[in-house]
Amino acid sequence: MGKCDVSCKALWIKVSVCIVVLFREYVSSKTINKVIQVHDRIFCCIAGSLADAQAVTKAAKFHLSFHSVQMESPPLVIAAASVNISYKYKEELSAHLIVAGWDRRDGGQVFATLNGLLTRQPFAIGGSGSSYVYGFVDAEYRKGMTKEECQQFVVNTLALAMNRDGSSGGVAYMVTIDEHSTEEKVILGNDLPTFFDQ
Amino acid sequence: MEKHCIDSQVKGVSTGTTILAAIFDGGVVIGSDSRASIGGEYVSSKTINKVIQVHDRIFCCMAGSLADAQAVTKAAKFHLSFHSVQMESPPLVIAAASVLKELCYKNKEELQAGFITAGWDTKNGPQVYVVALGGMLVRQPVTIGGSGSTFIYGYVDAKYKPNMTKEECLQFATNALALAMGRDNVSGGVANLVVITETGVEHVVVPGDKLPRFHDE
Repeated sequence: MGKCDVSCKALWIKVSVCIVVLFREYVSSKTINKVIQVHDRIFCCIAGSLADAQAVTKAAKFHLSFHSVQMESPPLVIAAASVNISYKYKEELSAHLIVAGWDRRDGGQVFATLNGLLTRQPFAIGGSGSSYVYGFVDAEYRKGMTKEECQQFVVNTLALAMNRDGSSGGVAYMVTIDEHSTEEKVILGNDLPTFFDQ
Repeated sequence: MEKHCIDSQVKGVSTGTTILAAIFDGGVVIGSDSRASIGGEYVSSKTINKVIQVHDRIFCCMAGSLADAQAVTKAAKFHLSFHSVQMESPPLVIAAASVLKELCYKNKEELQAGFITAGWDTKNGPQVYVVALGGMLVRQPVTIGGSGSTFIYGYVDAKYKPNMTKEECLQFATNALALAMGRDNVSGGVANLVVITETGVEHVVVPGDKLPRFHDE
């Protein structure tokens, strides 16, 4: 299964691409939503084995809601990311998650959980399509972007990756999270930005 | 991350590498990094030149097994000089690329090398040709190759524009090489660039500490 996610801290945006390829060349679904809401202001993008990722996030959602009842306050993003860690089951599972959200203590944050390693980053990319856009995100990311710039950065990155990666494609699903709201947006394939050779 | 590691199938010294070539208005820039490694674990040379001159205005960059690439380029150089004596004129870039392609295709079982050929000739101006691993020959305005190239596909797609000036194209090539060297463990060292135009050939070497830096460095 392949995909590309980009999460960008400056505006707490998450994006995801929707296509799943199972069993070699068979496309099992063209419009899977890979951005999952685990709490009001915390979302999670999944890559790797979709079944494993769904199982992990379902368990995480349950833990988190229980945790937030106990703490009597919304959970921190780092709590959500820690709960999602697949370290205990890393031999059996193969899922890479990017957790992003907003909390009152640290504002917008992006955490990458790769095979059990938890790191906080200004932005994160993952999935099979991500190798093609490492250079682009290294060059284009700047600290302190505005919301519109960040959304444009994320959409451009996804479009470039979808253009090159055989297992990514379909539509782009983008969620913008800030203190006041979460805004979801779907960008259809033909509305994505085009580049030099298209 | 063992599961995600791609095992290098190349025996001996390989130029796990990043190579690229791009056409600008009036010429072409071809460039590469300068690291040679064995098995992705040991850097056997930090300053190897992967941009080889096969004729006055034709250069080629190699990727894959270093031994195979050197043998093929030596044979190509010989064929080309013979060909240009016979034709009584400088060879076309496509002639150089075809010579490499013939060698790669005829020996595809034994060889593991890919090439980018770039140059300038009087008939078609600046051109870039890619000879892939199995011997396919394709002409493109901009192309990247080697293990480090996967990381810069997005950057090249986004930033390349046709008819750039020479300075813009040099900056684009340097940035692309720097980004790839930053992410790929088997690419590094200095950036070797060659600018080929009707009037001549210019070598530009950008040492590691003068490479452009990006947000995380």
